[in-house]
Amino acid sequence: MEQTPTMKALRKVVPYLRPFSGRLTLAGVAVLGSMVCGLAIPLVLQQILDGPVARRETGPLVWLLLAVAALGAAEALMFYVRRRLVAGPCTAIEARMRADLFAHLQRLPISFHDRWPSGQLLSRAVSDLATLRRYIAFSGIFLVVNTVTLVLGLVVLFVLAPVLGVIALICAAPLVVVSTQYESKYALLTRRAQDQGGDLATVVEESVLGVRVLKAFGRGPHLARHFAAQARELRGTEIAKVKMVAVLSGSIVLLPELGIAAQLLFGAFGVADGSMTVGTLVAGITVTAYLRWPTESIGWLLAETNQTETAAARYWEVREAEVTITDPERPRELPADGVGAVRFDGVRFAHEGAERDVLSSVDLELRPGETVALVGATGSGKSTLAMLVPRLADVSGGRVSVDGVDVRDLRLADLRSVVAMAFEEPVLFSASVRENVALGAPEVTDEQVREALRVAQAEEFVDRLPWGLDTRIGEEGLSLSGGQRQRLALARAVVGRPKVLVLDDPLSALDVHTEAEVERALRAVLTGVTALVVAHRPSTVRLADRVALLHQGRIAAVGTHEHLLKTSAAYRDQLSTEDEDRAEVAS
Amino acid sequence: MTAPTDQQSTDDQWRGVAAEDTEQVDRAVGLKLKRRSLALLGSLLRPHRRWAALGLAMVVVENLARLAGPLLIAVVIDSGIPAVLRGDPTVLAWCVVAYAACSVATAGLGAAFLVLSGRIGQDLVLDLRQRMFRHAQRLSLSFHETYTSGRVISRQTTDVDSLNELLEIGLNNLMTSVLSAVGITVMLLTLDLELAGLTLLTSVPLYFATRWFLRRSNQAYRGVSGRTATVIVHYVETMNGMRAVQAFRREGRNKSIMDGLNTRLRSSAHDSLDVVATFIMSVRLVGNLSLAAVLAVGAFRVTGGTLELGVLTAFTLYLRRLFDPLDEVAMFASAYSSAIAALEKISGLLQEDPTVREPERPRALPPHRGGLPVEFSGTEFRYRADTPVVLPELDLAIPAGQTVALVGPTGAGKSTIAKLLARFYDPTAGQVLLAGVDLREVSDVELRRSVVMVTQENFLFSGSVADNIALGKPEASRAEIESAARAVGAHEFISELPEGYDTDVRKRGGRLSAGQRQVIAFARAFLADPAVLVLDEATSSLDLPTERVVQRALESVLADRTALIIAHRLSTVLIADRVLVVTDGRVTEDGDPADLITGSGHFAALHDAWRDSLA
Repeated sequence: MEQTPTMKALRKVVPYLRPFSGRLTLAGVAVLGSMVCGLAIPLVLQQILDGPVARRETGPLVWLLLAVAALGAAEALMFYVRRRLVAGPCTAIEARMRADLFAHLQRLPISFHDRWPSGQLLSRAVSDLATLRRYIAFSGIFLVVNTVTLVLGLVVLFVLAPVLGVIALICAAPLVVVSTQYESKYALLTRRAQDQGGDLATVVEESVLGVRVLKAFGRGPHLARHFAAQARELRGTEIAKVKMVAVLSGSIVLLPELGIAAQLLFGAFGVADGSMTVGTLVAGITVTAYLRWPTESIGWLLAETNQTETAAARYWEVREAEVTITDPERPRELPADGVGAVRFDGVRFAHEGAERDVLSSVDLELRPGETVALVGATGSGKSTLAMLVPRLADVSGGRVSVDGVDVRDLRLADLRSVVAMAFEEPVLFSASVRENVALGAPEVTDEQVREALRVAQAEEFVDRLPWGLDTRIGEEGLSLSGGQRQRLALARAVVGRPKVLVLDDPLSALDVHTEAEVERALRAVLTGVTALVVAHRPSTVRLADRVALLHQGRIAAVGTHEHLLKTSAAYRDQLSTEDEDRAEVAS
Repeated sequence: MTAPTDQQSTDDQWRGVAAEDTEQVDRAVGLKLKRRSLALLGSLLRPHRRWAALGLAMVVVENLARLAGPLLIAVVIDSGIPAVLRGDPTVLAWCVVAYAACSVATAGLGAAFLVLSGRIGQDLVLDLRQRMFRHAQRLSLSFHETYTSGRVISRQTTDVDSLNELLEIGLNNLMTSVLSAVGITVMLLTLDLELAGLTLLTSVPLYFATRWFLRRSNQAYRGVSGRTATVIVHYVETMNGMRAVQAFRREGRNKSIMDGLNTRLRSSAHDSLDVVATFIMSVRLVGNLSLAAVLAVGAFRVTGGTLELGVLTAFTLYLRRLFDPLDEVAMFASAYSSAIAALEKISGLLQEDPTVREPERPRALPPHRGGLPVEFSGTEFRYRADTPVVLPELDLAIPAGQTVALVGPTGAGKSTIAKLLARFYDPTAGQVLLAGVDLREVSDVELRRSVVMVTQENFLFSGSVADNIALGKPEASRAEIESAARAVGAHEFISELPEGYDTDVRKRGGRLSAGQRQVIAFARAFLADPAVLVLDEATSSLDLPTERVVQRALESVLADRTALIIAHRLSTVLIADRVLVVTDGRVTEDGDPADLITGSGHFAALHDAWRDSLA
């Protein structure tokens, strides 16, 4: 088939197979053995019918019968051995490849994850690897073995009686062609069904996640009609699939049976004119029946090879994505007496492949212990600038330094232990509260977790949870309100007592009350810590010693809130509501 | 799932404790579940019963034709060949023709049955999908809040898929296996009692092997699917939370958790493969040994002249066919147990009653232009019978066209008032009236046309920006959409997108910022042009310049309609005609904003705090 150009994806899996090469080879031998036993049984049957039975002598019968029993037992045993031999390696390879993919994904930069929906990554880790496992355990071995068996069976038939062999060959050839052709068409339909199923799942997902919006506008029935139309399309594809299967299975049944009818006809005449024995005819028919599965499976197994190749290619596509943010070759240490001074020098940033710079030249200094608020219009690049400090993204030009050391010269682990971050959308995992705050850092004690929770005004509600710190939260556990989630995310940021805190607008989801509480607590924590706080609200700006205005890719102004309100028109536009509101209150 | 061992529970510590999985059931409940899912299956099948009967007839005939084969071979050997030896080929000719005809019939009927059953199966799945979709949309928000979105989604996706899979591979095989087993047994008994008796003896070990297998494979299957689910959850959460993972150096911890989950999944998968291996081996072994036994007895009897050679041949051929389908029991069993589990959960979802129901005989709202009056009359609300009252007896009248702002601390019941007005919930006592009509008597279509609520949750659907705005009014023209966007100041940033209004917003609006999504949600509401507008913290994720634009738009839009606004930004509150301070579910202050500011109440204090924050 035409898979040769990409066949290399499958070949790249070979290193994973190597530790198990002995067992996998043995498994192949076992399958072949079982097939040979299966083929041998009809031959013994022939001996029984033509020998003892025809001559009415019972002497050698016992041995022949024992041979049938032994071959039967051996066939069953080899089946078992093959499955047992393969079970370990194929599950181990799947698990190992999944773990390696996971590890790689964790190293890939955020820009990669922004591009790739998690569903795509998940299907590589689950369904593509399952395809690969099935191939290793089953299809790969059978592709070789069934071909050998088919050839061997035909040879046996030809030896038994050439006419029986010719008939079987005439029936087998079209079957291989039909099933091969069919499989490539079927694969196409399967892919269409998968895509349609995926689209349908998206509609379902959105209909559930967006149920409030749908209810608010009464658009449920509207979407239901859309859904029904898509579901009907999927039904059409599924029925087309069934029709193809029906045609194939029809020919799979019909061709060998017609072959047997022909064998019966020619065989009976053969027996009549003495050129063939009854035993040969019976053995021939039995062998032909036995060959049905190896014959029909070849097309199917070739298609499976193709699909596995595609699955492997999809896997490697992600595995080979470049990790652009890495540890430096010769890492520098942070000064032991580091105070957490952060500097941006001529920082330029452009998204990969984008024409326009998001940041054209940013110069900004965060003095040790100082809190600087970063203000700018939506889309001005505030979040991007914040991500540059812990190297969730790398600058396109210029440099970001912590305590005088370029962040790219530091080991990632060192940098990220000094810089902690909280995001606009709090991320919680389906794990205990403790795990969500400490995020698995082994050195963090319960006492430290509690202190962090206290700071983030979260201790009280955590204590009210049914199992306290042990309560599972997140999608699989207890659901929390937006404010509670953000407070936990804040606790997470302060738990390691980092020298530098980067907060990407973490207060936007909190209501006035909670916001005020978290602000008070943060104010205490922010002393002694250098902090960059992305803000779009005057209340958040109040946390800061100084405010930097990001405008058209540069820092347009730096100063205190009051100073900037007085001196910068752009800043007033961003942050002042006062004048208008006064006017309104007065009216 | 099996009870966790000590080792597992230490491995699980990071996950924390959650309420017992409510889907773990005892025996009595299990029976009820089974009845419920069978009832569902029955109701799905009922419209297709004629076709299903036809299908059944087809399979029966197909199997008869299939069974005739070995018998014809026996006739050829026992009478056909001797007749040919005598120079009379008619018996042989007839037998071969009959054999070919049976082959054609088997193949043709088999194919036809596949198409027929596939059609029925797909119609059934389509019916089920639509029922679930509509049902999930009908169910009240209180249901969606407790059931979690992930579960509603998997009911409608993976669970339907496993039913589909059963229909695809299982049903067909099962019917053919059962029918051919019955047919072959009858055939064997008529051919020769002694040999048949010998063959039927094998059913004893097979029965035990199958019973063992069904139990073990069910267990193994549950193990694999449960553990796959935990791997998936961990995987997806890690990918979605990659910023936090990397920023907080969780990679190592994540990797060791993943390794643990992965290893456990692996051992489950290994177990299930072993179970299948053992079962298939036993079936093969029994089959092959019984062949040897039949041959032994048969051969001696043929030599003794008490059995025809053809009959023995037919027996050996039948034996093969008797045992072959048993291999497929393995595939069928796993498809069956997953489909049954899925049906139990699906029927559970379908059984949920919407607590907020559409009226059977709706009352029409009076004809109106602009706003409609709203009244809360003795309205009481609690989320569940066992939770405290959130809103004790609210009496509140809002005249048509008035803009009312609700302020007060978190948890005071402001959002509840808003949700009651949008009829996301029904009051547990008292009424909410729109133009004098109880909301429970207004048809959903009319209610949604009249009352629109915008929340902080700004969900975008996949599709273009224009599609998302048009959700407010599906028949809107492009000009209307653009003018709605202009009104809320969204036109500028939308025009800057690569394809303007036709730009795909990507999954959940990932292309846009939270503020931009919110503005689009506003445009949606403006386009819908309702008589009553409810805003629940709808401006909180906007930056100030955008908020100013939205505010100005609100002022003109709200002029002639009724509005209820919840906001913690006082700038938003100040556009109201009337402010209500809500504390513990009660209205504690009520009046003109300017009056309240000068007073000494809660609102005045809030206003002062806010003024300070700007200084």
